[in-house]
Amino acid sequence: MFDYSSVLSHTVTNLKKSGIRKFFDLLDGRKDVIGLTVGQPDFVTPWHIREAGIESLQKGKTYYTSNAGMPELRAEICSYLKRRFALSYLPEETVVTVGGSEAIDLAIRSVTDPGDEIIIPTPSFVCYEPIARLCGGVPVIVKTTVEDRFKLTPEALRAAITPKTKMLVLPYPNNPTGAILTKEELEGIAEVLRGTNILVLSDEIYAEMTYGRQHVSIASLDGMWERTIITSGFSKSYAMTGWRMGYLAAPKPLAEQMLKIHQYAIMCAPTTSQFAAIEALKNGDEDIAMMVGEYDRRRRFVYQGFQDIGVDVFEPEGAFYIYPEIGKFGLDADTFCDKLLNEYKCAIVPGTAFGEGGERFARVSYAYSIKHIEEALNRIEAFVKTLK
Amino acid sequence: MNTILKLLEDNANLTPAQLAVMCGKETGDIKKLIKEYEANGVIVGYKTLVDWDKTDREYVSALIEVKITPQRDRGFDRVAEKIYNYPEVQSLYLMSGGYDLCVLIEGKTMKEVAYFVAQKLATIEEVVSTATHFVLRKYKDKGVVYGVEEIDERGNCN
Repeated sequence: MFDYSSVLSHTVTNLKKSGIRKFFDLLDGRKDVIGLTVGQPDFVTPWHIREAGIESLQKGKTYYTSNAGMPELRAEICSYLKRRFALSYLPEETVVTVGGSEAIDLAIRSVTDPGDEIIIPTPSFVCYEPIARLCGGVPVIVKTTVEDRFKLTPEALRAAITPKTKMLVLPYPNNPTGAILTKEELEGIAEVLRGTNILVLSDEIYAEMTYGRQHVSIASLDGMWERTIITSGFSKSYAMTGWRMGYLAAPKPLAEQMLKIHQYAIMCAPTTSQFAAIEALKNGDEDIAMMVGEYDRRRRFVYQGFQDIGVDVFEPEGAFYIYPEIGKFGLDADTFCDKLLNEYKCAIVPGTAFGEGGERFARVSYAYSIKHIEEALNRIEAFVKTLK
Repeated sequence: MNTILKLLEDNANLTPAQLAVMCGKETGDIKKLIKEYEANGVIVGYKTLVDWDKTDREYVSALIEVKITPQRDRGFDRVAEKIYNYPEVQSLYLMSGGYDLCVLIEGKTMKEVAYFVAQKLATIEEVVSTATHFVLRKYKDKGVVYGVEEIDERGNCN
């Protein structure tokens, strides 16, 4: 019998299995369940974008591209960032990555030495902490609260900073809470960082999914561009999750180092997907508007729906999640979601899956049809009625 | 407000209250708007899409190309009216191209459709010729795909 525990890295074996993975494992193979769990669009990639990918295959474009991505794509990324968010980057300040996830990995890995502290607001997406740990970094968790509508406050940030702080992860618009940071709120964060040596990883994968106001990138504020790594991608905004296309934008001295890791680990992002991404950036603005309009209607629908059935919830302003507070029903998030799943055949993700501070909450995705959302809300209503 | 129309076109079951929530409007305003649409004929009716193939009802449908001689002053309208008044006619369009009117009809049997073409359609004075195409299978109608179970294949991943 081979003793695998003797060969595996302790850093890796000590990583916790993600809470979201644990919950998703419970759903595997369950056909009787109606879920609001999925963290990806229910739209299919717009046809003209798929067609660009298909055409590239038909023309035999099956080679590697340059490590950082095709020049045309990097130029389009710069033009997009300028057009949508008034951000100025040169093509050599971008790297095309395998999804936004790889961009996050590169950003954290390129700056973290053992003992460096990475500030991570929670609830947030599950990857920041394990990546920091893989580099020997020390995740410093800052719990955001419902009272602050899950926004990172300048005070909380200031309190978390030590001489070892290397980077702040800024995960807004936020998965799982739907919180965003306005320009004024970002200004407060920026004020804490100015004059320090702290970098910002601004995870802007949901930048297009804001409702009622345009997303603002912290990199567009005075003194922030030079310390910010923006990670983003095509998955959410263009409904291209399966294409695995993301990118990062950062000052050249940072981009160059991240490109090194990318070059050794990945070589280059998938070529077919790069062709599709060029088409998305060139001709996809209307697709985004259409999809965001639809998400907005669902957002209003599900927000009203939770209020109608007596579940406390704050109005989400970004991404496609809503984060109801289910704690008042006397069950912790895991038990609530477990019972809802097993007794009422409805799946939502316990807030605990997204780090500390989620014990009284659950993540509900509204990347589903209105009919589907309505049926799920009916089941949740039936369940909470038994708890009141 | 085309949004309301588009939403209702996709799903006529949405209540004014639901539409109001989704669009950030007042329920009363939506009710009023729908009433107006109904009154001025923008909304012409509400129906249910039925996949009859899943029932034991026997039926056939056909598309008939009709060439006609237009009448002086009245163009195609009078002939069209004669045709659409038959209850078996589901849809009728004036077409550009190789023929004039496109008739979609439904009958119990092929024989019944053939009878309609021979006895009712072809005998209209202005009808010059007809070509009948029977529908073998309905894949998609009114934007809805038939006979395919929609499976959510999205992975639970993040």
